[in-house]
Amino acid sequence: MTTDVAIAPAAPVPAPTVLRQHQWLQTLRAALRLSRTKIGLAIVTVMVLIALIGPLVSPHTPTEFVGAPNAGPSSQALFGTDTLGRDVFSRFLHGGLSVFGLALAATAVGVVLGVFIGLTAAYAGGAVDEVLMRTADVFLAFPQIVFALLLVSALGPKVWLIIVTVGITHAPRVARVMRGAALQVVERDFVKAAEAVGEKRTRILFTELLPNVSSPLMVEIGLRLTYSIGLVAGISFLGLGLQPPHADWGLMINENRLDLTIQPWSVLLPVLAIALLTVGTNLVTDGIARAAIGIDRE
Amino acid sequence: MSATSVVDVKALRIVLTESGADIVDEIGITVLAGHVLGLVGESGSGKTTVGMALMGYCRPGGKVSGGEVVIDGSDLAGMRDAELRKLRGGVVAYVPQDPGTALNPALRIGTQLSETLEAHGRLGESEREQRLRETLEEVALPPEPEFRRRYPHQLSGGQQQRVAIAMAFACRPHVIVCDEPTTGLDVTTQARVLETVKALCAIHEVAAVYVSHDLAVVAELADRVAVMYAGRIVESGTRDQLFSAPRHPYTRRLLRAVPDLAGKRAVVGIPGRAPQPGHRPAGCFFEPRCALAEDRCREAFPPVSELGAGHAVRCYRAADTAGALAPDGASAPPATKVGDPVLTIESLDARYGSKPTLFDIQLRVGREECVALVGESGSGKTTLARCVAGLHKEYTGDIRLGDTVLAHSARRRTTDARRQIQYVFQNPYASLNPRRTVGQTIARQLQLFFPGARRDVGRRVVECLERVSLPETAINRFPDQLSGGERQRVAIARALAAEPAVLVCDEVTSALDVSVQAAIIDLLRDLRGQMGLSILFITHNLALIRTIADRVCVMTGGRIVETGAVTGVFDSPAAEYTRQLLANTPSIEAALGHVAVRAD
Repeated sequence: MTTDVAIAPAAPVPAPTVLRQHQWLQTLRAALRLSRTKIGLAIVTVMVLIALIGPLVSPHTPTEFVGAPNAGPSSQALFGTDTLGRDVFSRFLHGGLSVFGLALAATAVGVVLGVFIGLTAAYAGGAVDEVLMRTADVFLAFPQIVFALLLVSALGPKVWLIIVTVGITHAPRVARVMRGAALQVVERDFVKAAEAVGEKRTRILFTELLPNVSSPLMVEIGLRLTYSIGLVAGISFLGLGLQPPHADWGLMINENRLDLTIQPWSVLLPVLAIALLTVGTNLVTDGIARAAIGIDRE
Repeated sequence: MSATSVVDVKALRIVLTESGADIVDEIGITVLAGHVLGLVGESGSGKTTVGMALMGYCRPGGKVSGGEVVIDGSDLAGMRDAELRKLRGGVVAYVPQDPGTALNPALRIGTQLSETLEAHGRLGESEREQRLRETLEEVALPPEPEFRRRYPHQLSGGQQQRVAIAMAFACRPHVIVCDEPTTGLDVTTQARVLETVKALCAIHEVAAVYVSHDLAVVAELADRVAVMYAGRIVESGTRDQLFSAPRHPYTRRLLRAVPDLAGKRAVVGIPGRAPQPGHRPAGCFFEPRCALAEDRCREAFPPVSELGAGHAVRCYRAADTAGALAPDGASAPPATKVGDPVLTIESLDARYGSKPTLFDIQLRVGREECVALVGESGSGKTTLARCVAGLHKEYTGDIRLGDTVLAHSARRRTTDARRQIQYVFQNPYASLNPRRTVGQTIARQLQLFFPGARRDVGRRVVECLERVSLPETAINRFPDQLSGGERQRVAIARALAAEPAVLVCDEVTSALDVSVQAAIIDLLRDLRGQMGLSILFITHNLALIRTIADRVCVMTGGRIVETGAVTGVFDSPAAEYTRQLLANTPSIEAALGHVAVRAD
C-alpha cells in the first residue's frame, strides 16, 4: 500500500475562538441576554437577600409585642402591628426564609424523583414505561393542592411532610417532561455503544442521558420552584403548614386577613413578597426556556 | 443545435453577514438547456451555497455581496420577493438531499404533488390531473390514484426521492438544482434515480446543476463538471476533459479517493481539511494540503488559466500536472494467512417482533481476516451486525467467539466477550456522546475493560489517538468541534482501546465525504496489519471493499446469496444479484467508456 500520504493528520480545529461550554452554561448565557431574565433575576435576588439578611437586621424579634393590635405605621413599627400587636416589618423580614427554604427543598425532592422516573421510563421502554407513566397519570389527575392537603391533614403539619408532599406532587410532572426529552436521546447510537460495552444501566441514565437533557431540566427546576413557592405559601395560609407563632409569609396572610380593612400592611406585605418571588422565578424560567428553544435568537 | 445558456452566474460572492468573511467568491458557471453541470467538492466547499443561490436563496447568516445570478435572462438580484416565489419551483426547481425530511409526513403524496402545480397555477383541473399522471410515469412511479393516496412513510427511500424529483419536474422548470439527491440511497436505487434525472433533463431541455461530493456519481450524468474547493471553483471543464486530463492537484486527489471497482487504482485520502470561511490563507487555499506547492502558491490565489476549449483551472502549476500518471496497482488487501475462525455464525435466523429478517446465515471470520458483508438497505446486514454485537437479541442459532457460544444480549455476555467484539457505528455524528470530550469517551472504555491500569489511563488515551492519527490536542475536544472524518476516527479509537479481536464496522464511511472515506479505509487497512484485527466490514458500496476485504458475502432479502474471495466474486460473480449490484455501482471508467482515467 502506498504510504507516501500521511493519513489525514486532522489539523486542529481552525481557531476555536470561543471556548467550548457545557450546554446548560450556553443556555444560561443566552438566557441572561434577555431582559425578562435580567428583571426576573433582579427580583429574585432582592427577595432572597431579604429572606437571608432580614432576620439579622430586623428591628424586633418576630414574636415580641411592640404595640396595640392593628396599629398603623409608626416610628416603633414601620408597617404597623399585626392582629396581636407584633411588628409587621420584623415578621416580614423573618418570614421569607421558611417559604424559600421549604420551596427549594420540595423542588429538589420533586425534580430528583421526577428525573429518575422520567429517565428510567424513557430508557427502559415497554412495560416499565407504561406502568411508570400510567401511575404518573393517576397522580396528575389530582390537583396538586388537593393531594398535598390530603396528606398533610391526615398526618399532621410537619415540616418534612410538607417538603415530601409537595415534592411528590411535582414528580410526575417533571417525569413527563424528562421522559419526552430523553426519548430522543435514547435512540441515538452512543447509548447503544454504551450498552454494547456493558455499561451499567444507572450509569447510562446519569452519564449518557442526563447531560443531554440539561436544558429542559433547567426549565423544569425553575418552573417547579415557582409552583413550590405558591404551594408552600398556600399550605401555610390554610393553616396546615408552619404553626403559630412562627413568622411565615403564608401564615401571616392567614392570621391577619380579617383585619385587612383596618391594617392592610400586615396582609399586603407578605402578599407582595410571595407575588414578586413567584413572578421573579417565573421570568427567569421563561428566559431559560426561550433561550433553550432559541425563540429570540437572531 | 445552438443551445442557449439558461443559468449564467458571474463573479458571485456570498459572505457571512456578521464577519464579512466570504463563503464563496468569484463563482462563474454557465449551464445550457438540456445540459447537466456537476458541482463537486468536499463538505464545506460552498457547493450547496451556490446551488441555493440559483434560487435566490441564502441561508440565514449569509448574503450575496457581489456578482450576478442570471436565470433565463433575468437577474435574480433585482427581483422582489413575490417574483422570487414565482421563480422557485416554477422556473428553478430543487431536489433535496433527504426526501424523508423534505416531504410533509402528514399529507398524501398526491396532495403534495398537486399543491406544487396549484401554487404555480397555470393549469386547469383536468390538465393538472393529466400532468400529474405524466410526471409520475416519467419517474417510473405508478400513476394510479391508489398510489397517490399513500403517505411518505409508506414509500421506500428511493420512491420518496422519485416523488421529490417528480415534484421538481411537475411545473416543467427550466433549471433544476439537485443537492446530493442520492447520498442516502443504496447503489441500485441510486443508479435508477440518476438515470431518471438524466433522461428528464434531456427530454424537457432542462438545465441541471447536480451538487455532489462523489466524482463517480457525477461522471455518470454530467456534461460539464466544476470542482469547488473552499468557496472557489478551482477547475472546470467538460466531463471528459476533467476525468481524462485533470489538471488541478485537488481534482487529481479527489479522483484518487474514489474507490475503483476494477481494482486498478489504490484508494488514497486527502490529508488535512479545507479552510473555513474567515480562516483561509492568503495564497492558494489548497496550498497547505498540496504536494506541489511552491513559494508563489503561498502569496496569491492563482488566476484562471484557460487550457483549451472550456477547460479552465486555477493553479500555478497546472502545466506540471499534465504529465504522465503512475497507475499503482497496489490495491490488493494486505496478504494474510487466515487463521482459525475467530467468529462463527451458524444457522442464524433473526426477526424484528414477528417479522423474520434473517434466514439461515452461515458466516466465518478467520483470525486477521477481513470479511465484507455487502447488500442494499433492508437486506438485513445491519441486523446481523447488531446480533454479533449483542444489540439485537431476537435470533436463534449460534454466534461463537472462538469456541464459546455467546449470549444473545451484550449485557449477559462476559466482560471479556464484550471487549473482544467491538462495534463501530455508521454515523459518527450520533455515536459519540456530545457532552463528553474525546478523552473522557476513550478513558471510559479503558476503565471498563482494564480497571487495573487506572494510573496509566492518560498515557493510553494518547496512544489510542495516535493509532488513528489524531493529535494529542484532540483529548479536550468535544465531538461537535471535530469534522465527520475526525469523529469517525475517535469512534474507531474508542473501539480499539478495548484491544478487540473482532471489529464490526457498520457502514462506517457512508456518512462521510469520498475523500474522507478513502482516508478511513486506509486507516482500517493499516490497523488491521498492525494489530492483527479481524474485521467484519458492512457496506452497500462494492467498490469500497476491493482494497480492504479478503472475502465477501453478498446479502439480499435476509439471505447470503454469494460468498467468496473478493477477486473471484468481482471477476466472475455467480449470483444474479451480485451481477446487478456490480452493474449499478457508479464507476468513472464505465461512465466514460473508452476514456482512461488519469490520476497522479
